[in-house]
Amino acid sequence: MGESEKALVRARGLRKEYGSGEGLVRAVDAVDLEVARGETLSIMGPSGCGKSTLLHLLGGLDRPSAGELWMAGRRVDRLSERALARLRRYEVGFVFQAYHLMDELTAQENVELPALLAGRSPGEARRRARQLLDQVGLAARADHLPSALSGGQRQRVAIARALANEPQLVLADEPTGNLDSTATLEVLRLFEALHAAGLTLVIVTHDERIAATADRLISMRDGAFVDETHLAGGTRGNLADLAGLGG
Amino acid sequence: MQQEVVLAMLAKEPSQGSQLRFRLDRALGPLGEAINDGQIYVTLGRLEKVGLITRQLAGASSADRKVYELTPAGQERVTEWLSEVSWPKPDLAEFHLKLIAAAAAGLADPIGIVDMQRRELLRRLREVERAAMAEPDHSDAGLLLEGIALRLQADLRWLEACERIWTDRRSK
Repeated sequence: MGESEKALVRARGLRKEYGSGEGLVRAVDAVDLEVARGETLSIMGPSGCGKSTLLHLLGGLDRPSAGELWMAGRRVDRLSERALARLRRYEVGFVFQAYHLMDELTAQENVELPALLAGRSPGEARRRARQLLDQVGLAARADHLPSALSGGQRQRVAIARALANEPQLVLADEPTGNLDSTATLEVLRLFEALHAAGLTLVIVTHDERIAATADRLISMRDGAFVDETHLAGGTRGNLADLAGLGG
Repeated sequence: MQQEVVLAMLAKEPSQGSQLRFRLDRALGPLGEAINDGQIYVTLGRLEKVGLITRQLAGASSADRKVYELTPAGQERVTEWLSEVSWPKPDLAEFHLKLIAAAAAGLADPIGIVDMQRRELLRRLREVERAAMAEPDHSDAGLLLEGIALRLQADLRWLEACERIWTDRRSK
């Protein structure tokens, strides 16, 4: 298998700059990145380090100032607006900290929306949404408005919506930033299920606890990668030692 | 394992060794695996010897029919233990001195040492989070795992501060 086929996402020298001259800001500064199919990657760093901007570039929400971006072997940084919109609609699912659900639509309608926008029939969109809400454990809440749901439930609706058009890649920006520890675990369990189902997941966070659940963790500072840790494979340490129960 | 833990687990009611085991497993989840049955029975033997518990045979005389019960002295010890203020020490001085010594002697790069430690803690944190994900909501063991995760998170944040400071020093 060639390198480009193994990697779902490949970035070379990716840059995003704002302003000019004295006021030039390099939000993303010459980033090289490969994300393997089925991998869970977290990108961690303090606020303002460029991690959200990078995520937006990867998902086609924003265009790089320079560099190359490939998705599933196809170069996407030079796509037309139309083609970029198609990429966002069919190949990428987004999960945001503030959920970004439509307040006046029910959970079911929120999840149906992307499928309808993609031209699926209402019946098909409805079936798919039912199935996804069931998958995230919210079948019984399908007819609730977001305002009637807890933060954790809203985020699970948002995850179901992200999956509506069967994307290859899910991008999550601080997905548990507004959640308490119980709701955070619910979201993490859901991500783990998506991972087990073969989805590729990139999570941006400033929270070590979320970041540590991924297969691989990249630390970002001032627009660039400063460290990379492979987390899968575990440690020789014993869980019980950490609780002071060893020996 | 501390004797008081076993003692306190008997405070609810006279119990067999297997009941103690069950209570510990429920409270500790996957961490309970670190405590083997032998340790529990050795501890029970010691507690009996010093008069903090008594052992009686209930019903049939098979080995696990032994029922352990707190004596008045045992009750008193449990009450004392519950009111004691004790907390595990955060043992950071050794690591801190390691960085100081590495930099002073020029033997190793402090930032390299920080990175290695950081990776190890992240891997441990991953294991703890995965164990927490496998627990049902609001379980006793889940609460313990959250405490362990929060401590690791605090340690990781301190390492970040170490990295920042040692990076600044190097660039001067």
